[in-house]
Amino acid sequence: MKEYFQNIWYGLTTVLIGMRVTFKHLFVPAVTIQYPDVKLKLPERERNRLYVNMDDCIGCDQCARACPVDCIAIETVKSIPGEDLGKTSNGKKKALWVTKFDIDIAKCCFCQLCVFPCPTECIYMTDVFEFSEFERDKLVYNFVTLTQSEIEDKKANYAKLEAEKAAQKAANATSVKPAEKEENKQ
Amino acid sequence: MIIYDFLYKFVFNITQSAAIGDITAMIISGALPLLILVLPFTLVAVWLERKVSAHMQDRLGPMRTGSHGWLQTVADLIKLLQKEDIVASDNDRPLFNLAPILVFAGSYLVFAALPFSSAYIGSNIDLGIIFIIAASGFVVAGILMAGWSSNNKYSLLGAMRSAAQIISYEIPTILVILTIIMITGTTNLRTLSEMQTGHFWNWMIFGGAGLSLSKFLFIPFMLIGFVILYISTLAEVNRTPFDIPEAESELVSGYHTEYSGMKFAMFFLAEYANMFAVSAIVSAIFFGGYQSPIGYLGNTLGLPWMIPIEQFLWFASKGVFFVLVQMWLRWTLPRLRVDQLMALCWKYLIPIAFVNLIIVGLITVL
Repeated sequence: MKEYFQNIWYGLTTVLIGMRVTFKHLFVPAVTIQYPDVKLKLPERERNRLYVNMDDCIGCDQCARACPVDCIAIETVKSIPGEDLGKTSNGKKKALWVTKFDIDIAKCCFCQLCVFPCPTECIYMTDVFEFSEFERDKLVYNFVTLTQSEIEDKKANYAKLEAEKAAQKAANATSVKPAEKEENKQ
Repeated sequence: MIIYDFLYKFVFNITQSAAIGDITAMIISGALPLLILVLPFTLVAVWLERKVSAHMQDRLGPMRTGSHGWLQTVADLIKLLQKEDIVASDNDRPLFNLAPILVFAGSYLVFAALPFSSAYIGSNIDLGIIFIIAASGFVVAGILMAGWSSNNKYSLLGAMRSAAQIISYEIPTILVILTIIMITGTTNLRTLSEMQTGHFWNWMIFGGAGLSLSKFLFIPFMLIGFVILYISTLAEVNRTPFDIPEAESELVSGYHTEYSGMKFAMFFLAEYANMFAVSAIVSAIFFGGYQSPIGYLGNTLGLPWMIPIEQFLWFASKGVFFVLVQMWLRWTLPRLRVDQLMALCWKYLIPIAFVNLIIVGLITVL
């Protein structure tokens, strides 16, 4: 009998205690962060989307070689003598036209290994982390600043230079050893 | 009553036909609680439930549809309206389609006898309380129908549990209501509300009107009665901690698992209508119904037409207050096991209600 009334007492009091707890929490400020409007402060050395500052890029290909998943694709064309490509911000002279600098961010594993070898510190991690896309192709970022016609121009210039060099070489070679040249052709 | 008379006269003057006037006035006054109270209340209460639960758990709840998400329920409703009405091939189609209508009709039937204000009561029947008990029992048929016709083991289990629960918790409800009937000698809810007129110390929870010795003797037993009635009505509307028929985590929300779109919305509407109805019954029985606790502004200003409106607002706010307490309990307590649920009813509520009934009866005889 005593237990019976004790049960009732415990039942009622514990319910009231629980209700007091929830009532108190009604006035505790919410811990929710209204995500797209309010964002958490990112940690100091966070790794997110890569960015390449093409003004500083010398096309040395070191980042592409460091990448463990091969997500960086770089193609360069040598400049012809007399062309001024300018200098990087830390005083290095640029010698190559970068005709292709694609980062497939879908493949990127955010290891940051590409950032360290860069001699001009032109590839780095930004604080952008919202870049989802519906098509995977859209995740290939193209950083080249030259237009398509400029790229073709540079390539043509270099090819012309090469051709001229080859022609000169051939001319030199024919004057020295014509027989050898015939052999090579066959 | 007043509204019905007004509508009747209005239509009668136009059509000069008593039958048309009667039917039109009945339909309009019958739809009033649905349009003025149940639908807006459900829209607000669903939002409020989410906000209350969120803030009790230190969250924010819906925030993006309208200011602080107040349009969330409207958005949900529009979504539900667009949803495909799925009927599985093995469902018992006629019963499956009938069940949500029956459940909502059962819970709306209760509103017929609720005294909203002195100017409006759907049907001023003398057996008001008994009618409400009978009508809320009607919901069980709809729930069983939904569970059986869904042809789903979870739905059937939920419906069976619901039937067992509602029927067993009707006993303590009726026992408490019997004690009130013994004191007041009436089952008419309007008369019961009128008896508790004046100020809050005339409410049944404080022993009713008058200043006799028995009034003060009643107070502790009225408190016990109120707690029992509140717990058992909470169980009757299948709310946590008595939500074993729905039990999201074990029964995948029970008897309405198989429902989609507007049929699901009907169950939802019925649940919230039920919550309000039950709270309104508790407030009508113990907390003066539509009577104001502190007197009427209409009396002070000498504007008698304001009184029914004030009464309606008091009635609605008392109902909403108890609905808020239900939500508060829901987000505080865990769900009871089936045996605990039955133990609470048969071992605690019913014996205490019986003892309460006998003691109150003895005091009444004295």
